[in-house]
Amino acid sequence: MSYSNTTRRHFACELESVREAGLFKEERYIHAPQGAEIEVEYPKGATPKRVINMCANNYLGLSSHPEVVQAAHAGLDHRGYGMSSVRFICGTQDIHRELEQRLTEFLGTEDTLLFPSCMDANAGVFEAILGEQDVMIADRLVHASIVDGMRLCKAMNDTYKHSDMGHLEEKLQEHQDKRFRVIVTDGVFSMDGDVAKMDEIVALAEKYDAMTFLDDSHASGFMGKTGRGTHEHCGVFGKIDIITTTLGKGLGGASGGCVSGRRELVEMCRQRARPYLFSNTVAPVIVSGALKVMDLLFSSTERRDKLEWNTEYWRKGLIETGLDIKNGDSPIVPVMLYNAKLAQDFAKDLFAEGVYAVGFFFPVVPKGQARIRTQLSAAHDKAHLDVALAAFRKVGEKHGILGLGKKDLVAKFGL
Amino acid sequence: MDEMKQVVLEYVRREYLEEDDDREVEVDTPLISGGIVDSFSMVSLKRFLEKKYGIQIPDADASPEAFDTVESIVVLVQRFGGK
Ligand SMILES: Cc1ncc(COP(=O)(O)O)c(C=O)c1O
Repeated sequence: MSYSNTTRRHFACELESVREAGLFKEERYIHAPQGAEIEVEYPKGATPKRVINMCANNYLGLSSHPEVVQAAHAGLDHRGYGMSSVRFICGTQDIHRELEQRLTEFLGTEDTLLFPSCMDANAGVFEAILGEQDVMIADRLVHASIVDGMRLCKAMNDTYKHSDMGHLEEKLQEHQDKRFRVIVTDGVFSMDGDVAKMDEIVALAEKYDAMTFLDDSHASGFMGKTGRGTHEHCGVFGKIDIITTTLGKGLGGASGGCVSGRRELVEMCRQRARPYLFSNTVAPVIVSGALKVMDLLFSSTERRDKLEWNTEYWRKGLIETGLDIKNGDSPIVPVMLYNAKLAQDFAKDLFAEGVYAVGFFFPVVPKGQARIRTQLSAAHDKAHLDVALAAFRKVGEKHGILGLGKKDLVAKFGL
Repeated sequence: MDEMKQVVLEYVRREYLEEDDDREVEVDTPLISGGIVDSFSMVSLKRFLEKKYGIQIPDADASPEAFDTVESIVVLVQRFGGK
């Protein structure tokens, strides 16, 4: 034991500076299953307050869906609680393989491999497939787990300006001397809610002999007419070489992720991806629940249709209220406030009005781009959205920001 | 030196500013601490400098501090023999 007082002080100081920078994160305890309405204990020790949840990734409202819960129960009874093994020793049940096959069909690929999470899938996939002779060219706004995965890989990495196809093309030209080129993007970008131009990306990939990598965590299950994801939304279903996605958002919300794509690439992951090889298998309960999620999504588009309706209603409502939102087609709708302090105050006031949404500011989003991120769910009913819109109106009035665009907001509150 | 500053400045503007960007970049603008360039996108700048000036900048020297302004970048390039 050598955790001296000096060592302790060092870390205490470090934490203090995180706090001073306004970046200290605190958890809020939720005393309920995930849903459109939840009971939140905030601040710590307060009596839990019932609020409308506008910040979950529970896009399809399946996190607490009775049929999913029931299927998970059945999985627990028939396949047990845990496997106590990584996949390739004694951690693969028939249901793991069955889920992989359903995902393959759903995502329109050749094969799929489950990972403990999508973070793990992204951390492992690049290193498993690429080497020094190759290059990964990523959108500058890809998720942190992709950045980490690229750092773990020996291939050269490069970036292009967010959704800037001209810049991507320049980079593809610049890297024609490499063995393999991989274009790397999120499908729906989690902070802005905008959608990658997958059709143009696929066209550029064909023109410059590159593979495509799509992280569809914020799209799987609902983007596109049958909810298959961003590739369906953009008319390039079946044309993506590598897709990673999570079971932790729209697809049930428990946990787990996957790499899905070209057969050989998925097999390379099975042989080499370290988070697959060295971390425990996804629990049978979760696999069973996810199989039910697949059943529900294959049999009906009702939930993604409702989400789409909710999204349009919400976007329209916010605009009519006079708030400045980022345009897009996804159920991630950022309300732009630009100033970090305003975003924090706004979120606090919303909570007092019974609406739970979170303020984001630098370094999570660029400086001067602070916002409240709202996320829709098929679990929301129109009544929830009406109450939430009324709260946004009330808080917006309080801060005198209704009808103000970016210029006015910045003039009034600064960046 | 001034010419090098101009070349690097041009590259930074082209590589990192968006079309509708209202941010200005000059030789003393903080790039990394100012949130214009992050450590993820910094690699293309490093590669540009190495290619353009025929030098090798060891990763240990390519720190966020050394890359924070066009001026400090030019000092770094010259330290490694760039002309
Ligand atoms: C784009 C993206 N990729 C990956 C992940 C990580 O997914 P998981 O929670 O399964 O690790 C997230 C979730 O935070 C995400 O937003």
